[in-house]
Amino acid sequence: MSGEPDGGVRLPASLSGVEAVQSVRTPIRLEYDFRPSASAQSYLRAYAERRIIGHRSPVDGAVFIPPRGVDPRYGVAISEEVDLPDTGHVGNFCVTHLPIPGRKGLEVPYVSAWIHLDGAAVGFLGLVRGCPHDEVRIGMRIRAVWKPDDELEATPENIRHWEPTGEPDVPLERAGNRSFHASRPQTDGNTGGNADA
Amino acid sequence: MREVAVVATALHQVPALTDTTEVQLMVPLLNAAREAVGLTQADIGFTCSGSSDFLAGQAFSFVQTLDAVGAFPPISESHVEMDGAFALYEAWVKLQIGEVDTALVFSYGKSSPGSLRDVLALQLDPYFLAPLWPPAEAIAALQARLLLEVGIVGAEELAEIAVRSQRNAVGNPNAVRSSREVTVADLMAEAPIADPLRPSDLAAESDGGCAVVLAAGDRARELCDRPAWIRGIDHRIDAHGLGTRDLTLAPSAALAASLACTAAGLEVDSLDLAELHSPTTSQEAILVRAFGLGGSTEVNPSGGALAGNTLMAAGLMRIAEAAGRIIDGRADRALAHATSGPCLQQNLVCVMAGD
Repeated sequence: MSGEPDGGVRLPASLSGVEAVQSVRTPIRLEYDFRPSASAQSYLRAYAERRIIGHRSPVDGAVFIPPRGVDPRYGVAISEEVDLPDTGHVGNFCVTHLPIPGRKGLEVPYVSAWIHLDGAAVGFLGLVRGCPHDEVRIGMRIRAVWKPDDELEATPENIRHWEPTGEPDVPLERAGNRSFHASRPQTDGNTGGNADA
Repeated sequence: MREVAVVATALHQVPALTDTTEVQLMVPLLNAAREAVGLTQADIGFTCSGSSDFLAGQAFSFVQTLDAVGAFPPISESHVEMDGAFALYEAWVKLQIGEVDTALVFSYGKSSPGSLRDVLALQLDPYFLAPLWPPAEAIAALQARLLLEVGIVGAEELAEIAVRSQRNAVGNPNAVRSSREVTVADLMAEAPIADPLRPSDLAAESDGGCAVVLAAGDRARELCDRPAWIRGIDHRIDAHGLGTRDLTLAPSAALAASLACTAAGLEVDSLDLAELHSPTTSQEAILVRAFGLGGSTEVNPSGGALAGNTLMAAGLMRIAEAAGRIIDGRADRALAHATSGPCLQQNLVCVMAGD
């Protein structure tokens, strides 16, 4: 960085020989005060009553969870809430062998799964426990394991994890999002994903 | 040049969206704009949006907002981390290329969950200015001080600009600050927030969104009885460093307006109206001079951005307000302006005319 005659950067004499600045530290922090949308508020409050709420599309009846107030396929507003059961199947999963830094009570390996509730068109994320990790499979029937009633709050953390029910598996070709054909509104009454109806 | 027009607009602006997500804000606006010209998303050739992760507080927040569009089967889509007016420019280029005949442009801003002044500090240079966290009104006040000291503008003129905005905004359902009765004396009596700027010199903060449908040539004529033809559009940028600029001037705004008017073949004094995206009265005074506005040109008939400055959408709203007045026959020739960055650093000018 010293002055060079060929048009390079030329420092004033007062800066000759000083230590070069190697880096600049600029702490940046922004704070937000978010308020959940009306549909998210319903969803969170329902958890305190051991209920799980979805949104039913006015286009073809497909049920979305969590409820976001919109059918994203068509850009159509949704206001119809539906109660979903706390049973479903594993639509997809992975087994993780690395701990999450700072998170206690989560032994490795653990199984993250895409949970497809009965009657829902799409899945959402949950932990599967209650069986050896190498027995978890796509299509495995599961149910929610809730916290005790006196510990319930308005949070999805009320569901500690999901455990196998022991029922027969959902066939692979009907498990998870693969059973949900978003491009074609379905007319046969199957709203997609509801493989056990 | 291919003829391209604004054929439909929809906008919504309130002081704060509390229980409404960006997606829920945009669903009715996008539907209103498309339905105004009988289109569904399947008829749209290209979709482009403008928004900021710094407002949403999450990375790639625009992807989530695509839920509002109806983006399945997959659509041709793009996004700019800029005001929606610059998204409109990208869509205009796409239409010029001739790949598509229709485009949907939208933008939105929900700044109420965070601190707008802190967000705006982060657009400054990260080594010397941003670490000082200067509030946006203080940066703007440095510019206003220069204007007053040099004698380009008087304090009374700033108050007159604020009064005009508040009066014009009466009856505009999307204005968040309006008043039929307010006087220059009232505003001159306000205590300054960042001397010499008083509360009424600063644009009212708001949340909101805007959607615009563009169409080219005969497609525009099919869709709309009186399209607002974009006859000239240009955007230019001044230096980022505030110390390197003469803050009493906005050369990039002047150049963009000059080029847009030349492309349109219009003299500035033939414009019926100008919608200016001025975050402060002092910046509006600079823009009026940079564009050479005067005489019969009505400035900010909607109240302008002073009546509601939704970050990321206020510029597109200026285009929508101006185009709407051409589409419904209230105006024949209009200029719309959008700005971004500190002290009018980046400027876009869109000159539109009816048949």
